[in-house]
Amino acid sequence: MEMNELVSLLARETVSTLYMTFLGTLIAYIIGLPIGVSLIVTAPNGIKPNGPYYAVMGFIVNVIRSVPFLILMIALLPYIRIVIGTSLGPNAITAALVVAAAPFIARLVESSLMEVDPGVVEAAQAMGASTLQIIWKVLLPEGKPSLLNGAAVATINVLSYSAMAGTVGGGGLGDIAIRYGMYRFQPTVMWITIAVLVVLVQIMQEVGIRIVKKSDNRIK
Amino acid sequence: MAEHIISLKGVTKEFDTKNGKVVALKDINLDIERGDAYGIIGLSGAGKSTLVRTINLLEEPTEGKVIFDGNVLTGLKSKQLNLQRRKISMIFQQFNLLMQRDAIGNICFPLELAGVPKAKAQEKARELLKVVDLEDRAHSYPSQLSGGQKQRVAIARALASDPEVILCDEATSALDPKTTRSILQLLRQINEERGITLVVITHEMGVIKQLCNKVAVIENGEIVERGDVNTVFTKPQTRAARKLFFPESEEIETTEGRTATKNRLRLVFDETTAYKPIIANMILETGTPVNLLYANMDALLDEQKGQMVICLSDKKEEAERQKAYLIKEGVNFTEIPEDSDYYDYPLHGFREEVTE
Repeated sequence: MEMNELVSLLARETVSTLYMTFLGTLIAYIIGLPIGVSLIVTAPNGIKPNGPYYAVMGFIVNVIRSVPFLILMIALLPYIRIVIGTSLGPNAITAALVVAAAPFIARLVESSLMEVDPGVVEAAQAMGASTLQIIWKVLLPEGKPSLLNGAAVATINVLSYSAMAGTVGGGGLGDIAIRYGMYRFQPTVMWITIAVLVVLVQIMQEVGIRIVKKSDNRIK
Repeated sequence: MAEHIISLKGVTKEFDTKNGKVVALKDINLDIERGDAYGIIGLSGAGKSTLVRTINLLEEPTEGKVIFDGNVLTGLKSKQLNLQRRKISMIFQQFNLLMQRDAIGNICFPLELAGVPKAKAQEKARELLKVVDLEDRAHSYPSQLSGGQKQRVAIARALASDPEVILCDEATSALDPKTTRSILQLLRQINEERGITLVVITHEMGVIKQLCNKVAVIENGEIVERGDVNTVFTKPQTRAARKLFFPESEEIETTEGRTATKNRLRLVFDETTAYKPIIANMILETGTPVNLLYANMDALLDEQKGQMVICLSDKKEEAERQKAYLIKEGVNFTEIPEDSDYYDYPLHGFREEVTE
């Protein structure tokens, strides 16, 4: 493979990987964040305890989380084809990523919000804050640094999931690694792909840490 | 307008724990008048924090009624309860400020909850920062403030909703003595100038003395004594009250090891008698020595109060003369029963032989 050919291939697939990662993480947050919040709120010591909801939602989250991503994806692809019309390419993989990442994100959000000082929540209750006000004005803003930290972890996790999607023809950097590195015996290409992934993870982690530091008013 | 701003009627609170039911409050009846600075004092575990938390229903009573300004709070729907809660502010031992908001943001918080427009809330918050003497720290975050400053922000936040009542749950227990004094002074000023009723939970007698006009002593989930701070302090009726007022005597619980167990008197000096050299004069007049077992002077709000335990002469006749002298001088005293296990006469600490 020519050098410029390789570069343009890597560039194209990096964009595809980032597309799957960020879109998947975003949609997974739209689903996972409310679930995580609902788990905190309905927990036995939460602000609106609801035993049955907490137990059922917790169980669903655990079930999905216990299936390895590769298997979950293969199991889901036929259904994804029905919903979005294809089981190939970045969009199909993004759908699978959302299903896998949402429960993971729910647990991340739950543990971030657990760190919020219960005394502050109590103070808000004493002031007559409604449940929604406590969520919007206390839990989420007070948990923000930890939530952002969790978001960096989640994004990196989704990135590694998306690389796995290469095995089933999902495109992206994982796809290059499999096709060139394994099927065409070009280990150099595989190593370059790995290097690109390492750089992406480093950047995401570093940016994440910076945003967390900047957003946290406790350490100023 | 209701006569009592807060009434608790037969309030009982039980907790289910692994070791079975624990009764935290037993049939509490308490009336607090508008403008009171009502102290609730007890040792840790007595139930005082649970009691104050039932007033705004952070703790829902198992039985009984909580009435605030004529409205029964117990059994209200959460929407109605939240509206009432805006008139009952609360400050805490650990301040409980929002760590991600600056001082002014914290003070605006209750106003935001009530839907006050932002500009108006900011304006009010600035005024309140002046009241608590923190104008220059408007944009400091709690992590940049000292304990006393954090409590001042919390007090400003408590004032923001123009409350009828402020509940103070061990508000000075995390502060050093000097800061404690300044916070108590601020609370007293708020009580006196704005007429806001205070309910003050504490385990420290000093807080009651500096801030409160009424006090209830709570022990094992029950109010064992209550009344004007003056009366309760000078004539404590119960062992629990005495134990709180003489904390330094906690080690000696039995009569063993006491040098004197007979003929003891507990004297109480008030405004009129606290400044006179009563004991010295008594010795001069009766010509009989007195054994001084305990003495303490204190300021109650602004009045001087003193307590003393003395041992009279062994001879009945002389002892009668000594008592007659005290009566003549208008000193309140109670006789301490021989070998009694009551809690009024610490023997260690301040002890002195007075002879001619």
